[in-house]
Amino acid sequence: MKFVAEREALIDAVNWVARSLSSRPISTSLLGIMIDVTDVITMTGSDLETSTKAILHAEISTPGKVLVPGRLLAEIARSLPAKPITFTLDGTRVLVSAGSAKFTLPTLSVNEYPTLPELPETAGRIATDVFAAAISQVAIAAGRDDSLPTLTGVHIDISRTTITLAATDRYRLAVKEISWNPNNPDIETATLLRARTLSDAAKSLVGNPEVIFALSQSTTNERLVGFISNEKTMTSRTLDGTFPPFRHLLPQESTAQATVEVSTFLDSVRRVALVTDKTVPLRLIFSEGSLQLEAGAGEEAQATEELEIEYSGEPINIAFNPTFLTDGLQAINTPYVHIAFTGANKPAVLSGKSAADSEPISSYKYLLMPMRYTS
Amino acid sequence: MAEKPEYSTILHVDMDAFYASVAEKDDPSLRGKAVVVGAGARGVVLSANYAARKFGIRAAMPVSRARRMAPSAIFVVPNHERYSEVSDHIMEIFAAFTPLVEPLSLDEAFLDVTGSKRLLGSGRDIAIKIRSRVESEEGITCSVGIASSKFIAKLASGHCKPNGMLEIAPDRILEFLHPLPVSDIWGVGPKTNEELLRLGLRTVSELANTPRATLIRALGEATGSALYELAWGRDYRDVSPDEPDKSISAAETFAVDIDDPEIILREFLRLTEKATARLRARKMCAKTISIKVRFADFKTINRSKTLALPIDGTQESYEVVKKLYEALKLDRARLRLVGVSLEGLVSGASAPEQLILGEREKGWRQAEAAVDQASARFGSGSVRPARLVKRVEPTDS
Repeated sequence: MKFVAEREALIDAVNWVARSLSSRPISTSLLGIMIDVTDVITMTGSDLETSTKAILHAEISTPGKVLVPGRLLAEIARSLPAKPITFTLDGTRVLVSAGSAKFTLPTLSVNEYPTLPELPETAGRIATDVFAAAISQVAIAAGRDDSLPTLTGVHIDISRTTITLAATDRYRLAVKEISWNPNNPDIETATLLRARTLSDAAKSLVGNPEVIFALSQSTTNERLVGFISNEKTMTSRTLDGTFPPFRHLLPQESTAQATVEVSTFLDSVRRVALVTDKTVPLRLIFSEGSLQLEAGAGEEAQATEELEIEYSGEPINIAFNPTFLTDGLQAINTPYVHIAFTGANKPAVLSGKSAADSEPISSYKYLLMPMRYTS
Repeated sequence: MAEKPEYSTILHVDMDAFYASVAEKDDPSLRGKAVVVGAGARGVVLSANYAARKFGIRAAMPVSRARRMAPSAIFVVPNHERYSEVSDHIMEIFAAFTPLVEPLSLDEAFLDVTGSKRLLGSGRDIAIKIRSRVESEEGITCSVGIASSKFIAKLASGHCKPNGMLEIAPDRILEFLHPLPVSDIWGVGPKTNEELLRLGLRTVSELANTPRATLIRALGEATGSALYELAWGRDYRDVSPDEPDKSISAAETFAVDIDDPEIILREFLRLTEKATARLRARKMCAKTISIKVRFADFKTINRSKTLALPIDGTQESYEVVKKLYEALKLDRARLRLVGVSLEGLVSGASAPEQLILGEREKGWRQAEAAVDQASARFGSGSVRPARLVKRVEPTDS
């Protein structure tokens, strides 16, 4: 095996493939990146749950197939000088050289590498920026507790040309609707994918206008989801379990509504929350024209601040986990936030507004459950 | 305003063999005999008086072993209610000398008497008064260490036990401290001790003369620099009166070793209920929940989980306990003891409840508050989880 690759293309391919490597895999061969050289070079990495693949174009002298330590390859690639990089298999070692820099990589046994699942059937296409923005808005609400695996996922509900993404850690729920171009216009299906995997995919697939979304048939035993963008692909097993029904949690109406400028609100939340631990609630008192923020109590440090806002409805005194509130305000991604209330112990619904007097944007909702003081 | 004195005066007051002394005082027939508090075939010794200690009996030793060591000793069933009653009164005595009292347990406390000296005399005078009041009002003896820091005061009281008093003047600290074994230092447990011995450091003096950087390298930043400071007698911790309890725990030694997961989980539920009820009674919440499992061979393991938000509910806590237990995958190992401990306690007022989407507004928390009220009125155990209600065998009619 021998080939010469450009540094930038190599780094791009290796970084994408190294993404799916686990630091503690169940088999040592999974520490490796497979480099399969035919008329193009295919690089593969996997932790058995997620596999990533990239095509690398290079000047190929001799075809071949090797498995090399993945993280080491990624680090070497990053530190090489900006010169063409030559890979040569020499017995059981791979020589990597660029200019005067030379490295020797050991190889792992190709035969022990597991067979990875094939990319499932293509289901349709999504605009990359729409997809990436939607994932970042939703994944923030996913749980991080691996003992509740279902909640670490993003629920992907596909109905014709609409995809509804939802995630919840039981304290907040983020729901986003986007449109896409399905191959089958009557498609109706749902799947659950680890939020971390999706975020990774969304962040790395940029640079190509569209992402191809692939889904295994619901009749097959193994449920897989795939993303294809140009010459990079990701295949991931879906999470088991049933995502909690969430649509009925979205309140149909509200008794009070506030409109607040997001950047000043965020600054105030950060300042007021300084005095407390991040799990200590931030108290918000909404009344006509005013929002008062308070944190801390008794003999601890205290902070208060007041903002001018638009508000209609009975005054409400409500408390939130400041981190969860900040997450929501950032995820909204608009200059103004619309907050709808139905009570101090009921979820508040945050949605975006492009201007103070425009209608709230209905495609994204961030439900946040308040905190209650023990009497 | 009075000038701040150069040195603080801190007392460490520690009752001598507290449980055993209370038992002796309540039952004069025990006087002069070897008394051990701790009963049941499988319990551990909670306290032993000095006559019993002559046989080698120590706290935390299995009762069965203590019986073999001293067949003539008298074994007394612990009476926790009585101990807290005596403890309350002792703390009242302390409070008469200074508002700065930091209880460490039922029977020992730090007192900062710096501000009381002008009115009540020197640290030594105050110690004499405290010792005489405790003895005349509660009929038990105590030992008092007097020094300019908590660390030295506590060491001093340990060195004058029983029924003694030792003052270490600021200029005599190193003379007192440096010959002591490193294991006497606050915070040096068996593991750190072993590590220090491995480095060839047996006495505090040897520790003090080791460069700080070397200690940090060997023991980590926090432990290394803390030990170095302490080895030079430097301890700047204040006596803080409101130091809340650091943990609430409940444990049970089974009458016979148990391997049935169902019985073990039921016991865990009972202990969780007991501990969380105490937590709620104090209006506290816990951030960390831990379990303790002691195997038949006395090997003991602990597992804990720190939660994102502090909790106080029986059911919520039990869910965590159950997961911790199940993660051990014990596969019918025989257990001697199980325990539940609630740690990282914070006051209930600063621990509001994060509500959960889609959950009924009145959930377990409200049910448990009602249970606590019923227990307060009708006695503990009047309302409890169905799994903990004793089965009544049907009788033939």
